[in-house]
Amino acid sequence: MATDVHGRIGPLEKTAIGRAPAPEVDAPHTDGPASARGPRPEGARGPGGDTADQSVGAPDEGAAVAIEVAGLSRSFGGRRVIDDLHLTVRPGEFVALLGRSGCGKSTLLRVLAGLDREIEGLVRVPRARAVAFQQPRLMPWKRVWRNVLLGLPGRPDRTTAERALAEVGLTERATAWPKTLSGGEAQRASLARALVREPDLLLLDEPFGALDALTRITAQRLVADVWQRRGCAVLLVTHDVDEAVSLADRVLVMDRGVIAYETPVGLDRPRDAGDPAFTALRAELLDRLGVAAPVGPAVTAEAVTNAVSDAASDVVSDVVSDAVRKEG
Amino acid sequence: MSPVLEPVVPLSARRRSVPRWLRRATGPLALLALWQVCSATGVLSPDTLASPGTIASTAADMTRDGTLPDAMAVSVQRVAIGLALGGLVGIALALLSGLSRLGEDLIDASVQMLRSIPWVGMIPLFIIWLGIGEAPKIALIALGVAFHLYLNVYAGIRGVDTGLIEAGTALGLNRWGLVRHVVLPGALPGAMTGLRYSLATAWLALVFGETINADEGIGFLLNRAREFFQTDVIVVCLLVYAVLGLLADFVVRTLERLLLQWRPTFTGA
Repeated sequence: MATDVHGRIGPLEKTAIGRAPAPEVDAPHTDGPASARGPRPEGARGPGGDTADQSVGAPDEGAAVAIEVAGLSRSFGGRRVIDDLHLTVRPGEFVALLGRSGCGKSTLLRVLAGLDREIEGLVRVPRARAVAFQQPRLMPWKRVWRNVLLGLPGRPDRTTAERALAEVGLTERATAWPKTLSGGEAQRASLARALVREPDLLLLDEPFGALDALTRITAQRLVADVWQRRGCAVLLVTHDVDEAVSLADRVLVMDRGVIAYETPVGLDRPRDAGDPAFTALRAELLDRLGVAAPVGPAVTAEAVTNAVSDAASDVVSDVVSDAVRKEG
Repeated sequence: MSPVLEPVVPLSARRRSVPRWLRRATGPLALLALWQVCSATGVLSPDTLASPGTIASTAADMTRDGTLPDAMAVSVQRVAIGLALGGLVGIALALLSGLSRLGEDLIDASVQMLRSIPWVGMIPLFIIWLGIGEAPKIALIALGVAFHLYLNVYAGIRGVDTGLIEAGTALGLNRWGLVRHVVLPGALPGAMTGLRYSLATAWLALVFGETINADEGIGFLLNRAREFFQTDVIVVCLLVYAVLGLLADFVVRTLERLLLQWRPTFTGA
């Protein structure tokens, strides 16, 4: 699936545009009326994804990306939080962005969401994009279904909201006030609010960070389901390595304002955190994040891998026969 | 040796001889009885303070001959007009300075300066400007109301969570959409607080305003009663002010219950 319409986030400093590479010059600039944003008819996104917009001199690569970032910089008071960052995300790709706190990952997400425009460099994102924040940020004075419809163009009716709420399993709370929702419910409502926009790009800013461990697992599964159903590109900002490895096609590690490391996750879904390959990848990412090689999981992973590859069967059978003898 | 056990008596099992509301009513009722006794025995002369019985019958008489309802109607009308005018001005100014930096720079300093003038001190000026008719009375009420609403609505607007503004922006709301769906609802709790303060001020301003050469209204009754040493009428008028104030407060509470039911902190429902 290709992303059809791209909105360009223009840098505030026009002089900076010159720094961007060639494709930027012909980047489709579709600053149409707000009504162009909402849900579009299915026909608009054909397999080729070439709409009239892009055929006007846009390079073919432009049609096959959901995020294109080149030479992006963002400074806060002279400190470069993002420094000449490059990033490309394919349509339908699930990318997790890891990083220590303060590495600029949330800033990058805000830039991609169009919330931070004091930038230099090229940023191209789909016009149909949606954000779910760490805090659900539901308007407390609107009932859940009105929150879901907030900002949609035209006069969408309640059934539109209810469809999105059904997708996150929250149909029965449609008329509730946000204050009566549990943390997990509020986060699901926030996700429904993002999904109702039928985004080509879903930006998730640590959406599970404030949830308790059990609710988090449920929410992660929900996001994985939604992503597989919708096929939209997802950028998940997180500091949870397990979450990144279990959900993403590709994991990026951000450090000092750039993508310092990236790795594809070549594991079959659904993924098992006990899988040795999973554990090895986690150890690798933790290492890249600058967390000293943990004595626990990493060593265990190595031990397990070694045991399996070497004389594992002997050891296991010994242990088992010991156990059996004791039981008997 | 086994420990000595004693029962933990549940609170509900304790015998309540008198219901709470009755106990609370005892104090005021005792005072009332004392007052009546003092009046009846001549300790309290009628010129100082009329007896509760006299006050009750005076109130009944004034209601029957129509003086009290007429005066109440006039006074309530003054408050309503003053409240509407002052509310309009106060809220309009608060929106201008709350929603835009330019408006804040132009308006806020002036309002803050004027606010520090005690509004009762404006009475002589209002009389010179507006004469001694209805205008100065209503202007005085409007002035007191406008400042309270301005301050609270302005603070309400500026207190709206930036996270929600950001969420609104991310959802594609334009400036007007943000104002309508995020900023104004968010400022509503502040506005209600302002309304409550301004109602209290409005009654106060009414009392002051009605001492300006009034020929109708509760203040007029008060002033006339003073000239004739009718302490019973004075007390009746004070009671009317109190009841009207309570009614106004009830209206605001009802409004809050309807408009602010979304508030997590609201527990009155």
